[in-house]
Formats: sequence, structure tokens, C-alpha cells
Amino acid sequence: MRKPLSVLAGATIAAIMSSPASAYMAYVSNERGNSVTVIDTETMEVVDTIEVGQRPRGITVSHDGKFIYLCASDDDTVEVIDTSDYSILGNLPSGPDPELFVLSPDGKTLYVANEDDNLVTVIDIENRSVVTEIPVGVEPEGMGISPDGSTLVNTSETTNMAHFIDTETHQITHNVLVDSRPRFAEFMPDGSEVWVSAEIGGTVSVIDNETREITHKITFEIPGLRPETIQPVGVRITDDGTKAYVALGPANRVAVVNTETYEVEKYVLVGQRVWQLAFTPDQKTIISTNGISNDVTFIDVETDEPIQSVTVGQQPWGVVVSPN
Amino acid sequence: MSSRSAHKATVAPPPPLHSRPYGLRNYLICLRGILAREGLRFLHQRERFIASLVRPLVWLFIFAAGFRQVLGVSIVPPYKTYILYEVYITPGLAGMILLFSGMQSSLSMVYDREMGNMRTLLVSPFPRWFLLVSKLLAGVTVSIAQVYVFLAIAWFWGVKPPPLGYLFVLPALFLSGLMLGSLGMLLSSLIKQLENFSGIMNFVIFPMYFASSALYPLWRIQEASPLLYTICRANPFTYVVELIRFAFYGQVEWTSLAVVLGFTAVFLVGAIVAYDPSRGLMTRKQEMGGNA
Repeated sequence: MRKPLSVLAGATIAAIMSSPASAYMAYVSNERGNSVTVIDTETMEVVDTIEVGQRPRGITVSHDGKFIYLCASDDDTVEVIDTSDYSILGNLPSGPDPELFVLSPDGKTLYVANEDDNLVTVIDIENRSVVTEIPVGVEPEGMGISPDGSTLVNTSETTNMAHFIDTETHQITHNVLVDSRPRFAEFMPDGSEVWVSAEIGGTVSVIDNETREITHKITFEIPGLRPETIQPVGVRITDDGTKAYVALGPANRVAVVNTETYEVEKYVLVGQRVWQLAFTPDQKTIISTNGISNDVTFIDVETDEPIQSVTVGQQPWGVVVSPN
Repeated sequence: MSSRSAHKATVAPPPPLHSRPYGLRNYLICLRGILAREGLRFLHQRERFIASLVRPLVWLFIFAAGFRQVLGVSIVPPYKTYILYEVYITPGLAGMILLFSGMQSSLSMVYDREMGNMRTLLVSPFPRWFLLVSKLLAGVTVSIAQVYVFLAIAWFWGVKPPPLGYLFVLPALFLSGLMLGSLGMLLSSLIKQLENFSGIMNFVIFPMYFASSALYPLWRIQEASPLLYTICRANPFTYVVELIRFAFYGQVEWTSLAVVLGFTAVFLVGAIVAYDPSRGLMTRKQEMGGNA
């Protein structure tokens, strides 16, 4: 009798250990709903909705999980939200029409793409001041930063370029021509490559961070879908650098790409017009925002199977998951 | 020889070896015999096995391919996220296998009756209801095996319900098979000749299959035609499909369960009554031609 009992006890402990100790909160910016939806990632239920400024798009969280930074594009500001009570603490001077931004690895600087002004604004978070403005190509959007914080990559939608910016000198060091309307830039966790998605071109360009040249171009093909409906937008790469997830816009799919072979391994069906992606901190789940179907889809990272879709506010755009 | 003499044989069996009534063991031997016969018959008819798989697979591979995008717009329970059409129609196709197989067993009973094999079964000293239920169980077992082979092929086609769903779906398949099998049995007691089977195809199988939630979710049918929606709601096959669909995700759709249970009882009792030569419809039919 003792053995089965001990086995049972062991199994119970294992079950408790394997379930996440604390639930993470996912924050979804609803572009048309002018709100941020808060979702418990464990129960996959909406727990709160925060009223925010107009046309919220880019969203990120401070490394300690205490603050959310949100681009309120039509209010020409970046709002700071307290995650403890969901109150808006104040604004950061982002410059006009901030669309997307990236937080430096040390958590002190925010780099904001100003879509209408063809600028990248560098903000000192602590002093809430603009450090400098860097002129870039037309309609800047995608922002990626190398893990060591030394290189910033901005993509400009109309110039079709990825601009490599030295974060020390705030100067553009390289311009790499990519396919039409680049939307997003994501560094490999080891900093060796930058992946840049091109919405109209329908590709993801892999740029070597040493040579600053395109080494691979990933294309997508989904049976039964016209090529023009496949529009890569958000890109996320797992911490171990083995898999990349690419949101394919009106194709309603998230592509899973093997980072060794650069081959698409799977297309995961999600809601309509999938836009941005975010991992949970334990990397077990990736969440996609589906702009037209007004929901987000939770995808299991191990199996790459969609688990559940959750209705959020109007036109979800960006998503971030708190680290704690 | 008419089956009237078969009936006599049942009433007056050959001198029994045991003076006491048959025990459970004897019943089980009889059940095993019928199951084995049905299983052997199935194994020997490979064409039938392949044919039973080709039908749903054609739907899955060809029909569903063209309709892939049909469902990309809405989430219907028990699904929690967006699914491809292949995933949606799989429970309906499992139901289709059970439906055809139920009707096929009705065909085989008509065949047996015409060819005289039925007598072998009916001279058995066991009660008629037991023989019919055994035959039904044999048919259901075989059709469930067909469903699982179909599901295995569908898995490679990307239709992957949760692993435990394959277990949960078993009771749903069994119950559904029982309902459709007893419907087939009831119908077979009404069919006079083998040729009439095409009538069953046109008047039973096709309407039952198409006017159900097997191919389209009910909300979509309601959008298209409120009348068709009402018909679908009244069609027991809709509940078979929904029972199977929810079971795949470890859920019980209680309305469907109640409806399927109810119809199983009605069809089964109907079939037993209809097959009882001393009372049911068989008596009347025999007068019209028990001999083929």
C-alpha cells in the first residue's frame, strides 16, 4: 500500500510544482476601444479594463513589472500606468503620434517611433525628458534593441529600410533595404541577428548584426490563401532562440519558424487580422492580438496549438505580459 | 421454408440438455457468437471496410478543403478558439460512419431475411430481444472500429482533438451507434425487399445527414433559413453530432444526451416490437411474402 501512496503523493507534488506559481497579467491595448484589457494568463479571463488615452497602440512593461508604458497615438503621448491599481500616473514626452517603442535593457530609456514626424524620440524615463530626436526614414514604426542595448533598429514603413542606430552616439550607422512596408524588428536573444517583417512584401528579412546584411529571407505560403493576404507584422523569438513566431495579419495565422533552418514549421489559426504577439515570462504561452475579431488567442508554445481565444476591447493592437 | 416455422422452432426448441433456464453464461456465449460472426463478416469484406472509410475521407479531403475558411469568423462551443472546417466536420463525419453503418446493418438484415440466413439466428432458443440487441451491439462495435480508423487518418490530416478526447468520445459513439443501429433495425422491419434500400438512402440517410449540424453550425443555418434551422433542431442526428462533438472535448452536452437516449429507447423498443412475429409488423409482412 505504501508504494502507490508515495507515488500518488509524488505525482500531486509534481502537479503542484508544474502549475505556474503565480498568474501573470497580460495587458492588451485596444486601438479603437481606447482601453487596455487586463487578462489573467492562467485562467485566460478578463479581470479588468483600463480607460486610457486615444488610439492606444504600442504597449510595454517596465522590467520590474510596476509600470506599463502605452503609446496613446492620437493624444501624442506615452502614458504610464501603475500596475498595482491601474491608475494612470502620468505621461512621457513622446513627440507626436507615437506608434511603437522599445525599452532599453537597463530599463532607463524608452525609444519611441514617431510615425508622422519621421523621428525616433529617445526618452529618459526617470526625468521624463527627451534626450534627443533621431531623424529616420518616412513613417518609422518597428523598434528593436540588441540584448546588450548598444544597437537600436528602427524600420521605416515608406522608406522600406531598417535603420541601425548606435545608442551611444544616437547616429544611424547602417541602413538596410528590406521589402515593402517593414513593420517590426526583433533581435535574436544572443544579438546575432535582427528579424524584420515586411507587411506588403510578405517576407521576414533576417539581417546579420555583424555584417548588417540580409542573410535569409523567409516567405510564407498558406494553401487556399491569396499571397496578398499574408502580411507579416509582429515577430517574437523564444528566449532559447529556437523558434520565431510571426503574426501574419489578414491571413489570420501565426507562423512558427525554425530559427536554424528558417523554414516555417506550422501555421497556427488565430482570429482575424493578427497584429502583435507577446510571450508569458515562463515562455509556455504566446498571445496574439486579433484586431478585427476583437480578441486575443493563447497559443501553447510547446505544441504550437491554439488553446483559447478571449474577447477583449475594440480592435486589439498590442500586448505585453507582466514579468511577475 | 417460411420464417413462420422459424418462429415455431423458437417456441418449441429441440430437447434441451439443461432442464433449467439458460444462465448468464449461455447468454454471453450467444452474444459472443453473434459478435464474432459480425466481426468475421466485416473482416472478410475488405471492400466494405474501405468503402466505409472512403466516404467520410472524401468529405474530409475534398469537401472540407474548399470550405476551409467558412468558419474562420466565429467561435462555437465546445471550441475555445478558431478552428478549421476539417475540425468542425469531423464529429459529423464520425456520425456519418455510424449512420451509414446502422443503415447498412439494416440492409444486411433484409438480405439475411431474403437469403434465409435470418432463420439461423431466429431458431436460437434465446429471446428475440436478446438476439436483436446482440446483433445491434455487434454492428455498433464494428462501426466504432471504423470511426477510430477514420479518426486516426484524420489525425494525420491535422484534425487533432485533445488526446483524452479519443477516450471520452467512446461512450458518445457507442450511444449514437446504438440509436442509429436501432433506427436501422426498425427500418429493416419495414422494408420488404432489398431493392428498397436506395429508398432509405434518399429518404433517411441524406436528409438526416444534410439537415443537421454535421456540416454547418446551427447559427449559420439559422441565418440562411429559419425553416431549415427548425428542421435541423428536430433532427435526432443533430444531437448525435453534438454529443460526439462535445465528447471530444471532455464535455457532456446534456440536451443531446437526453435526446439520443430517448430516441435510442424509442427505436430499440420499436425494433423489438416490429421483429416479434407474434405481435409486431412482421406478422403482417409475412402475409405479403416472407419467401423471396
